[in-house]
Amino acid sequence: MRSGVIAQKVGMTRIFTDAGEHVPVTVLKVESCQVVAHRTLDKNGYVAVQLGAGRRKPKNVTRAERGHFAVAQVEPKHKLAEFRVPEEALIPVGAEITADHFVVGQYVDVTGTTIGKGFAGGMKRHNFGGLRATHGVSISHRSIGSTGGRQDPGKTFKNKKMPGHMGDVTVTTQNLKVVMTDVERGLIAVEGAVPGHAGGWITVRDAVKKKLPAEAPKPGAFKLNGSEAAPAAEAVNEEGA
Amino acid sequence: MNIIQTLEAEQAAKLAEKRAIPDFQPGDTIIVNVKVVEGERSRVQAYEGVCIARSGGGINESFTVRKISYGEGVERVFPVYAPLIDSIKVVRRGKVRRAKLYYLRDRRGKSARIAERQDRTADGKIKKGGKSAPAPTAAE
Repeated sequence: MRSGVIAQKVGMTRIFTDAGEHVPVTVLKVESCQVVAHRTLDKNGYVAVQLGAGRRKPKNVTRAERGHFAVAQVEPKHKLAEFRVPEEALIPVGAEITADHFVVGQYVDVTGTTIGKGFAGGMKRHNFGGLRATHGVSISHRSIGSTGGRQDPGKTFKNKKMPGHMGDVTVTTQNLKVVMTDVERGLIAVEGAVPGHAGGWITVRDAVKKKLPAEAPKPGAFKLNGSEAAPAAEAVNEEGA
Repeated sequence: MNIIQTLEAEQAAKLAEKRAIPDFQPGDTIIVNVKVVEGERSRVQAYEGVCIARSGGGINESFTVRKISYGEGVERVFPVYAPLIDSIKVVRRGKVRRAKLYYLRDRRGKSARIAERQDRTADGKIKKGGKSAPAPTAAE
């Protein structure tokens, strides 16, 4: 298990491959995604890296948070997320993860918050069929119909699908293929759609249901604080890319 | 330019470099040479007809080519930058007054003709394609 990456959804486009096919892709941007803290077995009871991405003005950051970022000597981040990793896959605090963390052709799981639809009816929310257009139906063409039995069972069962709030939930899309990575601009393109609107924060991890290619950098592709001296793991990856 | 536009522009430039895209408009008769893969080998198949629409922009631009095949109207939509197109040739330029020639779908034969466009230079001379013969339709 390697650490994931925090990215921002840029939008969708298409890529024409040399084979003549066209691939719909979502472009994700990895920008100043740094390790902010470690969670350790002694202190926290589990091992994880805390990553931060984006920028926030220091004046808009609480003093407590500022202290947290100061310990790691990183700029205040907009978004923080933790990724559980084994102890040997920890990435040093302050290291900036780059887009070549993922290799082209590998599969990733992508988590984001879907676009909120507000209070939605049964037809939109659960694909109900609605009532008929004619034959005496009045006013209730898009209603949900019956919700249960009669005297027996005398109640509506729990989890009955009904109108209600739709969207704005955390959704993971599994097994999206990485089509392109661009280290200079910090871009990752994955095949298919990613939950959420453009500009939304996304976490990208190696797919749990697919095998990680051997050429994927371990514990990850990153730059150490300010220095150009890349660790061995990154050098390996650059050869592959 | 935002990132998506930059990426699209880069890709369009790369694809245009590989295969030149001639300047054509709705009303023009064009030959699209399409790469067809049959099992192992691939060959090039020509598709000739009238361009009746161009839609979209940038890398997403596509065009519709209509022809009459064995008495049946056939339309095919191609992305302008599709790698599956081997080449595009403009056979004849047509003079039309709208961007989408969907009215051709309801027409056959004589009424589906399109007059030839003759671009004039500054001194009033016809640049090329001086044929005044009535234009044949795409029917073949």
